[in-house]
Amino acid sequence: MYGILFISPWIIGFLVFQLYPIVMSLYYSFTNFSLIKPPDWIGLSNYILLFTKDKNFYLALSNTLYIALIGVPVQLVFSFICALLLNQKIRSQVFFRTIYIVPTIMPAVATAILFRWVFNPEIGLVNSLLASVHINGPTWFADPNWAKPTLIIMLCWTVGSTIIIYLAGLQGVPTELYESAEIEGANGLQKLGFITIPLISPITLFNLITGLIYAFQMFTEPFTLSGGTDASTLGRPQGSLLFYSIYLYQNAFYFTRMGKASAMAWVLLVVIMIVTLVTLRTGNRWTNYEIR
Amino acid sequence: MQNRAALKETPNYSTAKIRWSKASKKISLITGIVLLFLVGSFFFLPWLWLLSSSLKTLDQIFIQPPQWIPKPIDWSNFSKAITYIPFFQYMANTLVICAFVVVGRVISCSLVAYGFSRIRWPGRDFVFVLVLATMMLPFQVSMIPLYVIFSRVHLVNTIVPLVLPAFFGDAFFIFLLRQFFLSIPHELQEAAIIDGANHFDIYWRVILPLARPALITLVIFSFLWTYTDFQGPLIYLTSPQKWTLSLGLRGYFSVHGAQWSLLMAASLLFTLPGLILFFFAQRSFIEGIVTTGLK
Repeated sequence: MYGILFISPWIIGFLVFQLYPIVMSLYYSFTNFSLIKPPDWIGLSNYILLFTKDKNFYLALSNTLYIALIGVPVQLVFSFICALLLNQKIRSQVFFRTIYIVPTIMPAVATAILFRWVFNPEIGLVNSLLASVHINGPTWFADPNWAKPTLIIMLCWTVGSTIIIYLAGLQGVPTELYESAEIEGANGLQKLGFITIPLISPITLFNLITGLIYAFQMFTEPFTLSGGTDASTLGRPQGSLLFYSIYLYQNAFYFTRMGKASAMAWVLLVVIMIVTLVTLRTGNRWTNYEIR
Repeated sequence: MQNRAALKETPNYSTAKIRWSKASKKISLITGIVLLFLVGSFFFLPWLWLLSSSLKTLDQIFIQPPQWIPKPIDWSNFSKAITYIPFFQYMANTLVICAFVVVGRVISCSLVAYGFSRIRWPGRDFVFVLVLATMMLPFQVSMIPLYVIFSRVHLVNTIVPLVLPAFFGDAFFIFLLRQFFLSIPHELQEAAIIDGANHFDIYWRVILPLARPALITLVIFSFLWTYTDFQGPLIYLTSPQKWTLSLGLRGYFSVHGAQWSLLMAASLLFTLPGLILFFFAQRSFIEGIVTTGLK
């Protein structure tokens, strides 16, 4: 069969780089594997210890859930608003679209470093601007209470690709709908709520799910923000930026507790599946795929 | 009710209503433009800050309130930045990895996408759903065993772990190319078959040339994502000479803090290739995001 011949690279890649590792990581999660010694079977120990004796596990999980359940919706709303702004019929929109979208090009490491500098407590852009109107700004990334919200602000800077997708969706809404609504006497907000938002709801669902999946695996930004040079300082300040993928990495490569890290990976997989399924199920209730 | 109905009939009421709706349209327009500028400055100012900081000397950085245009402008940060760390070495390392990955993906993903779109075979669509499903798998699940595999064959600290998977397809790009291939008319393929072409000929002579826009999108995104990749190189490239630029930027940090002006200069240089690519290929870039997002 020619078909199978053509897709054979993928089949090989799937078996070697995905299926086999997934099965092995399940196996490792039941051992005390540390790479140097061969793995010894310890049953559910890793999982039990993770859920009962590991405070950092819950810290990492809650930090990640914070970014996923608060950060992602914030980014979605923000990118939707940006798309609305960019959809206005004004000249020089090309100029503004470039400005809104270009930040996605910046490497994540560079973005994190730039924003660390932008939010520098003494001489950064933000606190200097605030100081000029006599406001004493917080220490942003250095303050455990502000670290995650500041991260969300930084993530909003990079939503260019989401804006593009929303923009494309907005431009797909038939203008006749808006015109007939105006004849009925609808104002701007009503048009937004009754036409725009329902009609782009499939796009919102797509952006929501892809955003959530990204948020759960986010690694580079928190790693660079909380030190980035030494694996022992990860999660600074005071663990407020200790995200799940960071803690997993720490366990695997710094503490070489690969068995425990594998258990963490499977817990993550289950969490992502649950969140994705729940989002899809509830999503079906508020998305419209056709114009009635 | 009757009074209200009567009221609506009076000429003053309707002209007032028209005037108000015209005025409110003007207000919305002005608000829209103001917001466009305000939000635009959120996106723009960090770039300005980046540029401004990269042109300052260390003492100028500490001046309060900060000057946007430093006097005098110090361009030496750029030359200092590329010697403070082995900048060109890191850049070369990064580009080598990018080149291999792009080549690998173009070859493998186009072949696989052809198999999923231009040939009918039983179970084809079911296997394709499986391909899509693998996109949802978090990297962390396969990360450790993959490391173990490469470690056992002594390929850690080489670029092989970062490059080899690209030659076996990537779900996202297979999906992208497959969608594109599906849109190519069958008549062209049928004509080639009549001329005696086999599947490989069709792939090489008919589909690939027509798929240029999609391939360009693949090249752009593959390059960009590999160029900016951090976690992969972090895990596999242990000796500093092999580092990519993503890893190398850490070299500007030390126990005492960071060389911020050099860091900003280096970050700008790091971002430059992506910027140039974006400005030359803006349309392909945006189209690529739209096609994958909306399908």
